Amino acid sequence: MKYERDPERIRRVLGDKVQFIQGDMAVTYGAVLAGCSFFGGYPITPASEVAEGAARLFPRVKATFIQMEDEIGSIGAVIGAAWSGAKAMTATSGPGFSLMMENYGYAIMTETPCVIANVQRTGPSTGQPTLGAQGDMMQARWGSHGDMEAIALAPSTVQESMDMTIESFNLSEKYRHPVCLMTDGEVGHLREKIVIPDEDEMELVERVPATIDKEQFIPFTDSQTQEGSKVPDFPTFGTGYRTYVTGLTHNEKGFPATDKPPDHQRLIKRIVSKITDDREALTNVEKIELDDAEIAFVTFGASARPAESAVRMARKKGMKVGMLRMKLVWPFPRKVVHDLSKKVNTIIVPEMNLGQMVHPITEYAAKDCEIISAPKVGGEMHLPDELFEILEGV
Amino acid sequence: MSEEVKKKMIDANELRDKYLREGMLPTIFCNGCGHGNAIDYTFWAIEELGLDMDKVALASGIGCSSRIPGYINADGLHTTHGRALAFATGIKAANPDLHVIVFTGDGDCTGIGGNHFIHAARRNIDMTVILLNNFIYGMTGGQLAPTAPIGSIATTAPYGNIEQAFNISELAKALGANYVARWPISYPYQPIKSIKDGIAKKGFSLIELMSPCPTAYGRRNRLGNIEALWNWYEENTILIEDYEKIINYGTEEEKNSIKEKFKIGVFQDVDKPGFFGEYEKLVNMLIEKDDAKLKGGSQ
Repeated sequence: MKYERDPERIRRVLGDKVQFIQGDMAVTYGAVLAGCSFFGGYPITPASEVAEGAARLFPRVKATFIQMEDEIGSIGAVIGAAWSGAKAMTATSGPGFSLMMENYGYAIMTETPCVIANVQRTGPSTGQPTLGAQGDMMQARWGSHGDMEAIALAPSTVQESMDMTIESFNLSEKYRHPVCLMTDGEVGHLREKIVIPDEDEMELVERVPATIDKEQFIPFTDSQTQEGSKVPDFPTFGTGYRTYVTGLTHNEKGFPATDKPPDHQRLIKRIVSKITDDREALTNVEKIELDDAEIAFVTFGASARPAESAVRMARKKGMKVGMLRMKLVWPFPRKVVHDLSKKVNTIIVPEMNLGQMVHPITEYAAKDCEIISAPKVGGEMHLPDELFEILEGV
Repeated sequence: MSEEVKKKMIDANELRDKYLREGMLPTIFCNGCGHGNAIDYTFWAIEELGLDMDKVALASGIGCSSRIPGYINADGLHTTHGRALAFATGIKAANPDLHVIVFTGDGDCTGIGGNHFIHAARRNIDMTVILLNNFIYGMTGGQLAPTAPIGSIATTAPYGNIEQAFNISELAKALGANYVARWPISYPYQPIKSIKDGIAKKGFSLIELMSPCPTAYGRRNRLGNIEALWNWYEENTILIEDYEKIINYGTEEEKNSIKEKFKIGVFQDVDKPGFFGEYEKLVNMLIEKDDAKLKGGSQ
């Protein structure tokens, strides 16, 4: 069954423009809107609703949903579908994310566009399935073996769960890279109002298909791409390019080069720098009350919600407190964090883990800026009061 | 000599030029390895079917046999260990026009990849799996495979294998795969016919080819030279039809003599519906319903 994105049908299937839905469902909505035509998934709390949504909606827009035998198979099928030309995604939570790590690396190595939604729960191991956490932030960055760069987004609201799913597809298509949507059990199970964008309110990015003469085409080089781009054009399977795709270190033709250090260096440096070169352009933050702030929260995802409340509480008491929210956490927004650290005296990093994003924040902050880690584990969000107390202690 | 055989003798080199991916040669295969024969048989099957190689997508996992897609001039996805069938499921889902052919080994497909194998066969996904069973993990130097006969020597079974072996074709048959066949690589024509039938078949096809690994298996198990390895297949296999005859009508002595033998031949050839065909029916039904609702003015 061949998929063709049908905007009218999509809108009809999604229904009213304004709805009150769950964060997980909003991820499915985002996928449908983005033109995702393949979802391979496996049940896991608190991410199952994404798959359930896809099972319900995908066939009605002529897209394929398949419940695979496990998470390894899910991301495998997703990558295979991507090579046949599909925008493809899977959704999971911690244990499944761990299982996906090898093929996550495969997608990075083979430059396969795809989206992995990780509705984070506490860990390690089985942890607390129904409770949210932000403990996989470093896993998204470093979880597969070897050198790599990551692209990851962290929604704080249900609306963002939908919008950032679309954005995840756009970035994955643009960079030919698996993109992690790092949501969590809190945002995933939260119900909020969303406004579904009309067709002209959305920007959709598609991978650049290979069009060069088939005899001349070199699949893994930046020498044949549009000016300045390090992302090779995509030789979709079935279009006659007869491309060999391997997770082994490969030369520019795609052939194994397992005993050739220069080929490895060239490949890895390119697939990392195609993302890090655009670090500033990719940086996507929200700034709240930062103009005159002396203390700033640097946050992301669910923990930005109580942090914002704490900012409002502090402002009411005349305290100069602001917040920087990283919508895109990887590649790490070095410059904006560094600039902020030169303006404020103190940065507080509330996270639903024992302190993960606080590490790159510390690494890239000015040395004279005080960094306070405000971790919370156990499956509960920070309370605004708790964060306000930390502010008072500064 | 039949016309078909004559044609083959004439065209053998031409055929290789047509389908091999020259830039990838030489192959990694050892002397006496059966995997080259499997490539050859696949080429004959593709040639006889007249497939458009632009519409063939190959997938494989990790191991010696999984290197085969590299040598064939078609789209190929050389994936992670054991996962080829999952990737292949996605390839087929997003472009049903593609003939999806998977090359895999006994360790890749039924060791680490057993779960994907079970479910791809159970879903009857439209793909052809050419599984090269050499009883050993060859690429990593001869570790114990789940298919190794009891008593086999491997680097991780230095005193002889004590585990029951996996019977891959029987399993695929039990799972309801549409086409299942097993042949030793030493049979020159039957594998071609089975690969051909497997590709032409809608649904899941498994062609299990018993392929010798003289380096990692034959040497360690003192099976002798290549000729002896091929003879081993002759002595240790029995056609399914002959097996059934002896089991039903043979003497106790005859029955005992075939107990340990590998059945070869076509295990299953049926036409049951597969996942994607059924999914498409479901989609059409839903779309029709949605469109009827729209026309009916309920929205």
